[in-house]
Amino acid sequence: MASYKYHILVCGGTGCHSSQSNVIAERLNEIIADKHLENDVKVVASGCFGFCEKGPIVKIMPDNTFYVGVKPEDADIIIAEHIIKGRKVEKLLYVDPDTKKHISDSKHMGFYQKQMRIALRNCGFIDPENIEESIARGAYEGLGKVLSDMTPAECINVVKQSGLRGRGGAGFPTGLKWELCAKNSADQKYVVCNADEGDPGAFMDRSIMEGDPHSIVEAMAICGYSIGATKGLVYIRAEYPLAIKRLQIAISQAREYGLLGKDILGSGFDFDIELRYGAGAFVCGEETALIHSMEGKRGEPTFKPPFPAVSGYLAKPTNVNNVETFANVPIIITKGAEWFASIGSEKSKGTKVFALAGQINNVGLIEVPMGTTLRDIIFEIGGGIKNGREFKAVQTGGPSGGCLTKKHLDTPIDYDSLVAAGSMMGSGGMVVMDETSCMVAIAKFYLEFTCEESCGKCSPCRIGNKRMYEILDKITKGKGKMEDLEELRNLASVIKDTALCGLGQTSPNPVLSTLDNFWDEYVEHVVDHKCRAGVCKSLMRYEIDPIKCIGCGACSRVCPQDAISGEKKMAHSIDTAKCIKCGACYEKCKFGAISIK
Amino acid sequence: MAKIKSLNDLRNMQSDLQAKINLRERADHPESMVQIKVGMATSGIASGAKEVFNYLSEELQKRNIDAIVTQTGDMGYCFAEPTIEVTLPGQEPIVFGYVNIAKAKEIIDKYIMNGELVEGIIPKNYKTID
Repeated sequence: MASYKYHILVCGGTGCHSSQSNVIAERLNEIIADKHLENDVKVVASGCFGFCEKGPIVKIMPDNTFYVGVKPEDADIIIAEHIIKGRKVEKLLYVDPDTKKHISDSKHMGFYQKQMRIALRNCGFIDPENIEESIARGAYEGLGKVLSDMTPAECINVVKQSGLRGRGGAGFPTGLKWELCAKNSADQKYVVCNADEGDPGAFMDRSIMEGDPHSIVEAMAICGYSIGATKGLVYIRAEYPLAIKRLQIAISQAREYGLLGKDILGSGFDFDIELRYGAGAFVCGEETALIHSMEGKRGEPTFKPPFPAVSGYLAKPTNVNNVETFANVPIIITKGAEWFASIGSEKSKGTKVFALAGQINNVGLIEVPMGTTLRDIIFEIGGGIKNGREFKAVQTGGPSGGCLTKKHLDTPIDYDSLVAAGSMMGSGGMVVMDETSCMVAIAKFYLEFTCEESCGKCSPCRIGNKRMYEILDKITKGKGKMEDLEELRNLASVIKDTALCGLGQTSPNPVLSTLDNFWDEYVEHVVDHKCRAGVCKSLMRYEIDPIKCIGCGACSRVCPQDAISGEKKMAHSIDTAKCIKCGACYEKCKFGAISIK
Repeated sequence: MAKIKSLNDLRNMQSDLQAKINLRERADHPESMVQIKVGMATSGIASGAKEVFNYLSEELQKRNIDAIVTQTGDMGYCFAEPTIEVTLPGQEPIVFGYVNIAKAKEIIDKYIMNGELVEGIIPKNYKTID
């Protein structure tokens, strides 16, 4: 075996991949071959490092140098300078936004300092397409331990003791879920991995599957042994081609090594996994709808009970867990329940992965212990709000969640505190908003999403959400009345109480939480016909200040509607009847004469 | 590929495979192991630093000593090339000059394995920032 002096890790997650990280890896390999360094340097396409804002990322080991924003043409300088001459390439190093100093070791970056990577333990460290690297990191040891030293009941007990709760959103205790399924006897049971990640802006599960697929394969086998199932199914959306490919590779490698299939590790336990593809419907993340979709039926939820643990896939007892939940299982088995339970807050143990998005400096994937405050996440790890603007709100939990505001910044994040604050954990999407976001428009956006994704089976969700959407639409157009706000609350509470599944029951949350936290903004829209963020176009108009206007005519030339008129060198004016509020004139004016009213 | 038959097989395989990613595991906590920097600017390379670098990283691997060997630029001691800087866990870095392969072996045998100082130490006249 060649004794490599350097490993060059190139991020192979979807984000970096689409900014040509695969070309970077190819180019590196070309140069390495050209300079006869094949025995000294190894290029590894790894999973996501999380710091997507600064991608593509290239990390050089063993000196732990973290290069950001790397382009294919930078491959030459990395080899020529770093590998051959031992000099760090300064222009590719991360610059600390506060001190303006270069930081080469990721451990010293604000983005990583407060993180704790358990579910993401191997992402950005191993080559996800190589089972040997996973095994070297301890993959399948948990499975081996369970199969040779533990009874199914003991294994379930460890998961129960660890305090692990479902990472898909609702936070149901995982061990209890397994136990319920284990109790039901049947000739065939199923383990299902819910990889139908549907929240807008969420990519936690995708990154885990892309960066560490063996952790999912191993956890599903452990679950199968615990509940007495021999078949596993991964329900994954077809929009995740890279995750699908990596899972397929992982499953076939595991079979080849005897870690899936008949008589695993000589224990007599059989288990195998198949993939099922979803078409990307949001409601199919709900477990009963997911099961129907896998059966080839319409992706519609059904009433619970019966719970899937009793009658699930093909009417057999079925245990459904989310990707991130599974990713935690193998390490709980190897490190023990106590270790896991020592991390996190009182009722929420372990860590949670969040996808940071929106108006935040460090967009990316982070993992923090439960109980970390929003302030730490947004300002320490996330690096604060873009362009030095003011923080306004953070949306957690996707279309089922709510908006939290400044007063919630010091709330420790866990399942229960988020619900108490009027939002929910959800799968872990976090969309950060600044003062340029209109909260009424945000509520409308999420409702539009729910209306589109509602399966239409129950009337509260199908009709109720549509009516709420119409009212919000009226308000954003300046035609709302104060009674409408009352009506919104009414509708919301009826939908919450009567909708069939989790999608419907939680769909009014974005409206309710914005009504609670941003009541003034709703009233402004209704009473003053004003949108303070300047988002609701019907409520704003552009005006030219006749004193500042020098009559250059630049605005009238860019106006697509010919709505601006005026004599040369004289103040111009806008015909509001013709104006479509595109903002072209506002952008063009060099004299600050055009303002939004 | 033969199938893995038992937990023992898996564990054996794991320890064999560990070498593949050791380089990365070590980089995660460098302060707990021997760190060696080899000065490899033009003058260093011309006087044989590349061979010393290869020797050190291979020899330490062979002896199963947890170490990180990296190359660095000119340390400023061009009169004493090749130069290397050795940092034992929890200790101040020490710079050795005129390190050929025989000297490198001596440094491993005496300083790295037993903490005995050997000839050729150059008083350090710089500080580095991380």
